[in-house]
Amino acid sequence: MSMIEINNLHKHFGKLEVLRGIDQSIRQGEKIVVIGPSGSGKSTFLRCINLLETPTEGQIFIDGEEITNPKVNVNKIRQKMGMVFQQFNLFPHLTIMDNITLAPIKIKKMSKDMAGKKAMELLERVGLAEKADNYPAQLSGGQQQRIAIARALAMDPEIMLFDEPTSALDPEMVGEVLEVMKGLADAGMTMIVVTHEMGFAREVGSRLLFMDQGVVLEEGLPAEVFENPQHGRTKEFLSKVL
Amino acid sequence: MDGLIQELYNTFIRENRWTLFVSGIGNTLLISLFAVALGMLLGVLAGLGKLAERKKGRFWLWSALSWFANRLSALYIDIIRGTPTVVQITVIYFIIFASVDIDKRIVAVIAFGINSGAYVAEIIRSGILSISKGQTEAGRSLGLTQAQTMTHIVMPQAIKNILPALGNEFIVLVKETAVIGYVAKIDLMAAAMNVQSRTYSYVVPLLSVAVIYYVIIKILTLFLNLWERKLRKSDVR
Repeated sequence: MSMIEINNLHKHFGKLEVLRGIDQSIRQGEKIVVIGPSGSGKSTFLRCINLLETPTEGQIFIDGEEITNPKVNVNKIRQKMGMVFQQFNLFPHLTIMDNITLAPIKIKKMSKDMAGKKAMELLERVGLAEKADNYPAQLSGGQQQRIAIARALAMDPEIMLFDEPTSALDPEMVGEVLEVMKGLADAGMTMIVVTHEMGFAREVGSRLLFMDQGVVLEEGLPAEVFENPQHGRTKEFLSKVL
Repeated sequence: MDGLIQELYNTFIRENRWTLFVSGIGNTLLISLFAVALGMLLGVLAGLGKLAERKKGRFWLWSALSWFANRLSALYIDIIRGTPTVVQITVIYFIIFASVDIDKRIVAVIAFGINSGAYVAEIIRSGILSISKGQTEAGRSLGLTQAQTMTHIVMPQAIKNILPALGNEFIVLVKETAVIGYVAKIDLMAAAMNVQSRTYSYVVPLLSVAVIYYVIIKILTLFLNLWERKLRKSDVR
């Protein structure tokens, strides 16, 4: 059985149709990379999966549970998924340590010591153990994004969602964030990544989705789609970005 | 010189008139303190209320309650901001509590608390709106509830942003309590008027009161500055 099952997903903002019917089935451990022009609905697709946007129509199942059912406990569902944002969205008034431990302490009722120990492990993993007592404003963009990944991992998610995680970074800092994401992929995490990093897509992605105007126009192994795009629109897009 | 000493003597020493000032200061501080607390409470409620919105797809009762909270908050803020403080105080004293035997200080706290709450509400609202939507989304994406996100993420940052405006409101409130001197005759301002009616001299009692208010506000400002510095700790670069 697939881990994430998406049937006929639609999202409207007023009269604007951003998603016009998406069907996807994602298995555990898959690394889905979503590319496409801006306004194609990539981010909205990702945000629908953890219900930051409420789908207008269609169903989403996670582990067989329908999360688009209004009766479902949204907070419980979201604990299964970590989300990393383009703008990092670290909590500026909290230290790095508190950024990471807030959710485990408040939601999982973990003790401060336990949460702290776990946070240190995660900080080691993203290579920023020495920054535990700093505030976000004292860190570079790349460091902040690595902290944001650690913060999401602290809740032990089954799925990680990345919404253009390197788009707001200086070019020099893109590499360090992609490195952490690669490590995560190698460890077997199920990932959905919206990105413009074609190198990363090719290297890490197990499946590539090309989105345009609210639908998945083409999908397949990244290398195959890159070398032999079937659709005219895909060819046109790839010719500009590759 | 002798005249001034005589005036000071008449104002403070004779008939132990300093006790009038002391009890006046006590009442002013007491009324201010509790009015600020009530104003904050009402302000947070009305501020959140005004931000509440009807959302499609939500349980109908929540939707209806949100709408009601929004309308009620808007009405409260509208009425309080649209009428003079003195009129509100007088109405509360002489109409609403006219036939009730209740401590005048409690009436003052209620009157000034209600008044201040409307202004605090708008300050709180501006503070919450100043925090980017990404902060709420980051909190919610971790699985925090709406309330947890509000208390641990949005509010602490909002308070930091609005502290200067909030401090301003507290200062205005402490000084505005002087109005009560004309209605309930229990505060610092009333003490000055009381003494001046006995000495037939305005200068020393009124200037003394001005100095005392100034000192009270100075101390309050000091505390507000300390609080602000503490909250600004995370701004270091």
